[in-house]
Amino acid sequence: MTRPVGYGEAIREAFVYLLDRYPRVFAIGQGLWSPWYVGNTMTDLDKQFGKNRIIDTPVSELACTGAAVGASLCGYRPIVIHPRMDFMVLAADQVINQAAKWRHMLGGQVSPAVTIRAIINRGGEQGAQHSQALHSWFAHVPGLRVVMPASVQDARDLLISSVLCDDPVMYIDDRWLYDREAVLPPIVERPLAAEGPKVVREGSDLTLVGAGHSTYLCEQAAELLAAGGVSAEVVDVRVLSPLDAQQIIRSVGKTGRLFAVDGGWRTAGWSAEILAAVTEAVDPAKLRSRPVRIALADAPAPTSKALESIYYPTAATIVDAVRATLGRQEAHVKASA
Amino acid sequence: MARDTWRSDLGGLADPARFREPLDITGQDTAGLLRLLRSMWQIRVVEEQVAALVVAGLAKTPCHLGIGQEAVAVGVCAELRNTDRVFGGHRSHSQFLALGGSPFGLLAEILGRVEGVSHGMGGSMHLYGASVGFHGSVPLVGATIPIAVGAALAAQMDGADSIAVAFFGDGACEEGVFHESLNLAVVYNLPILFVCENNLFASHLDIQFRQPSDRVARYADAHRVRNRTVDGNDVLTVQGAAKELIDAARAGQGPGLLEAVTYRFRGHVGPNEDIDVGVNRRMEDVESWKRRCPIRRLSEALLAGKAVTEAELKRLQTDVHAEVAEAVSKAKAGQYPPTAALLDLVYAND
Repeated sequence: MTRPVGYGEAIREAFVYLLDRYPRVFAIGQGLWSPWYVGNTMTDLDKQFGKNRIIDTPVSELACTGAAVGASLCGYRPIVIHPRMDFMVLAADQVINQAAKWRHMLGGQVSPAVTIRAIINRGGEQGAQHSQALHSWFAHVPGLRVVMPASVQDARDLLISSVLCDDPVMYIDDRWLYDREAVLPPIVERPLAAEGPKVVREGSDLTLVGAGHSTYLCEQAAELLAAGGVSAEVVDVRVLSPLDAQQIIRSVGKTGRLFAVDGGWRTAGWSAEILAAVTEAVDPAKLRSRPVRIALADAPAPTSKALESIYYPTAATIVDAVRATLGRQEAHVKASA
Repeated sequence: MARDTWRSDLGGLADPARFREPLDITGQDTAGLLRLLRSMWQIRVVEEQVAALVVAGLAKTPCHLGIGQEAVAVGVCAELRNTDRVFGGHRSHSQFLALGGSPFGLLAEILGRVEGVSHGMGGSMHLYGASVGFHGSVPLVGATIPIAVGAALAAQMDGADSIAVAFFGDGACEEGVFHESLNLAVVYNLPILFVCENNLFASHLDIQFRQPSDRVARYADAHRVRNRTVDGNDVLTVQGAAKELIDAARAGQGPGLLEAVTYRFRGHVGPNEDIDVGVNRRMEDVESWKRRCPIRRLSEALLAGKAVTEAELKRLQTDVHAEVAEAVSKAKAGQYPPTAALLDLVYAND
């Protein structure tokens, strides 16, 4: 009960909870009977719940996603799993044109309550087509909810909320978070529509905003900054779409400084949305420095280890960006004094 | 492009000079035949009214008319139940009506009125009528094929003997999702009927320029899916083949594919014939296909067999015209959706 569980195990707990209590939940996707596809998130679920509810499929991203949408229209709560988000691009029609649109275009008479679980799995010299974080694409589409759990508890609880939600939800988990551990409280079902960005660490000098693995980096950066006497507040976005930016706006209104950290590309990316949402709402007089984006360079993920080491932001990258901004300000103060 | 060596694999089914004779109605019940005829008439008259609304500038939604293809929807839907789940594509007025959907609801939807079947949010291409078994249509061809597979999976999980049906055209068979869907359906032994309305054209382009063969059922052969290729302008043949495949699916014997060869009298979209765009489509082809009209062939059979009189047929037509005229004027009097619908309908939960 007080044993710490890992992020991956927490996802598995959510599956067990849902499959146990909700007979209309099932999982479908490639590699669900194989641990090397989905890590420890679904170990032996097929043995526990049967191969009819944990369906390992032919290589058919598009048709399997469509089948999950179709089953959801018939009252089921399918979870379609894409072990690498890159391959989910093949299913884009069913996600963007179908799941996200049916409710609106059919006058609210149907709700595709499908959960699309997309796994980010990058690094390790896997290269450009095994490493993508495409959350910004999907957050652009109205009608789809996009969720990125950063904490172990959210990995479990937001999956449950996603599957119980009547709307189509893209739940994006990140293999780089699977080893995070925490002691979790008992499960309480919460409506997804009530979930949104959360302050996960209080601070007064600046606001770090992240989602998924980027939040984890923000938390590590905040620790490092605290050791240097800088107090960083960390906001975990958690639900990227529909976005309720109020928590972020409040935080930046308080600290006066915004650093948006994103594991996706810079151009037209999620970090730009955070900057836009904040700068549209916060009085410029309250901003103590120009907002900063820390995101991936606009290049496909490299394969070489040497290039990977400069490609992915780390806690140190964030600390450097913060120090650069604060340093510039100190220099500016000195120069004008 | 050298197409000189191209020849039809459909055994004459694509030849408008053949299959023109009245249908063989020997042993058929007259009341049942009249129901089929009325349904085809209703679809024809509703679509002619839609064409008129487009010409008049009252309907702006892209309208893809299936005039000439009525026998496919009517023949298949005659074998379906309300609990079956049917999905369509952009050319789905016929399927919606053949299942018993309301002409008023369809026309109101085409006019963008809130009283329409999708509450004025869908137009001609996004139709919904769950109470009669029509569970949605979308214009991205092929998109509802895997969705119907999911509905079949749901039916299998429910343990019910209902089936799913996907209607699509020959163009959709060129998309990869069709092959993925046939494969899923057969490996999971799902209760589904794939219905390909092979009208030999995908928007403007003749099948000769798109495929090495005009027989779509060959894909089902490759996936070992039970299949039949029939004259899509013979409502009784369509119904018979559909029954065979549907019965097998209901009995747990897996999916079936019905290829119904037909032709549209109008163009890809809108009220005209599209003579200008089809390389192989000429007005004489259209006129020739009109002599294979599914409605005329059944009407002539009924008259030849003395099952009905001219006057009875006339009365049937008059009834249908009156019903549709009333639906049109009622639809025109409808309201547009409230502006709040724009945002209120995006998410189910708030």
